[in-house]
Amino acid sequence: MNSPRGTSRWTSRGAVHALLLVAALYSVLPLVWLLTSATKNVGDFSTTGAFELADWNLLGNLRDLFAEEDGVFLHWVRNSLLYAGLGAVLGALICSACGYAIAKLDFPGRRALFAVTLAGVLVPTTALALPLYLLASELRVVDTFWAVFIPLLTNPFGVYLARAYAEAAVPDEVLEASRMDGAGELRTFLTIALPMMRPGVVTVLLFQFVGIWNNFFLPLVMLTDPKLFPMTLGLFQWSSRVSQFPQYNPLVITGSLLAVVPLVIAFVVLQRQWRSGLATGSVK
Amino acid sequence: MTVVTEDSPRANGRAERKRRRPAGRGRLTPWLLAGPFALLLLGTVLVPIGYALYLSLFTERLSGLGFDGPHDVFVWLGNYADVLGDTAFRDSVGNVARYALLHIPLMLGGALLLALLLDSATVQLRQLWSLSVFLPYAVPGVIAGLIWAYLFSPGVGPLNDALPWDPLGSDGVLPSIVTMATWQWLGYNMIIFYTALRTVPRDVLEAATVDGAGPLRTALAVKVPMIRPTVFVALVFTVIGSLQLFTEPLVLRSFTSSVTSTWTPSLYVYEAAFVRNDHGRAAAASLLLALACALLSALVMRLSTRRSR
Repeated sequence: MNSPRGTSRWTSRGAVHALLLVAALYSVLPLVWLLTSATKNVGDFSTTGAFELADWNLLGNLRDLFAEEDGVFLHWVRNSLLYAGLGAVLGALICSACGYAIAKLDFPGRRALFAVTLAGVLVPTTALALPLYLLASELRVVDTFWAVFIPLLTNPFGVYLARAYAEAAVPDEVLEASRMDGAGELRTFLTIALPMMRPGVVTVLLFQFVGIWNNFFLPLVMLTDPKLFPMTLGLFQWSSRVSQFPQYNPLVITGSLLAVVPLVIAFVVLQRQWRSGLATGSVK
Repeated sequence: MTVVTEDSPRANGRAERKRRRPAGRGRLTPWLLAGPFALLLLGTVLVPIGYALYLSLFTERLSGLGFDGPHDVFVWLGNYADVLGDTAFRDSVGNVARYALLHIPLMLGGALLLALLLDSATVQLRQLWSLSVFLPYAVPGVIAGLIWAYLFSPGVGPLNDALPWDPLGSDGVLPSIVTMATWQWLGYNMIIFYTALRTVPRDVLEAATVDGAGPLRTALAVKVPMIRPTVFVALVFTVIGSLQLFTEPLVLRSFTSSVTSTWTPSLYVYEAAFVRNDHGRAAAASLLLALACALLSALVMRLSTRRSR
């Protein structure tokens, strides 16, 4: 490859990799800091260097974390798993069904539904949280599991993606054949279309899981009972005490590590799935 | 009724006709599939917005001598006027505007640059680079805020000593918040752009090389224009996200007094609703925020279609 601008191939290759290295360090070092800090006790945390390892105290920190306030952290882990796990599975199924229907079936109100869905993609979640709270308090469901769970199922962007996947992956002829065999629409969707859309569905599921797991504003406005908190809200509440009570530092940091690790592992393990899913979604 | 599906240009006439034949059953069963989401959209988006719209027209006042307790008074657009006239709200809009002007070009420009680098022929270990830059996306906003707040804190994090300014001081918090948010979104957008770049037909790129365009020229004159729609979609989402800025400043409030309780419009809404218990005003501010997002994203969309003509 010739370089008409006179830059030799070596320097441009060096420069390219240097820039990538800077970006990678910017992205990864804070996570390394989280990892090293989670192994320190309260004293070492403020006296040792940021990336330096001190006495190994990770297990001690974990013990303190799960013992604090009668083990409330375990509730937060369970709640996060419940909100995000159940929400993502159910949400992805609902989104896929709707996206498939919009892409492949003909029914009254189809265009209107798609238009409202697209508008829904643009509604800022933060601006929506307060109206949701006001409605929930009118219905007297504030501070319940459902007040957080149900709104987070709604994922207009997931429907938009699912529609693109259905269009790309499900041929009309196959649906036609299934109907000729006398299968109803619901069965055709579940047994024929859904398996064909699988990579897309996995992508919607993964990103909805992350969206719910990382969500903070809705639980913040809806919940006051710590037993219903997800990890994000619980850790935030503890973090607001650290300036007065430094003993919360290791709890907040170790808890944060536990909140991050599952998602990092999920993204690394499911790399091939979400990369190809994003590819289909971003082309449309 | 002839509904032509815009999606299948071949129209598949035979299939369409057959699908419609069982008139009663065939036409409404699709709602079994679309219905659950439609209900969610109605119940968790449309109805709450409508209800907030209604509430935003009322305010709570004490009647007469106040013995009857507070009651709701219809005030037309009074709450909107109060919000827009409140200097705290206008300051919060100013903060978010300054934040957006820094964050959006830095983050999207950086993501585009990194995606082009990844897509260039000379790069090795693509997966490693892209995965490491993407990882912060998997970190919840609260946790990201906490990690960076510690990194910025005097005595704990290395950044407080290393930086020539105080990252938690009144002038330093804005760049600090930009650093946090850029950290979170850089890799995600990089992956989106990179994925779009992979779909640029290779023969177009070869033609450019044959015509004597170097890697830089090819990137700017061929690749970027071809993924412009993707860039504009990312821009719309980033604008909306920027206006909603909430978590990072809220987390920082436990570490510094430089972030006020109404530092961004979302914080203003939160304070109005839960500290001052003024639901009418909070609803009005929420809807103003949603309206601003809608107007700005419409503007960006228009720009994108006009430019590509």
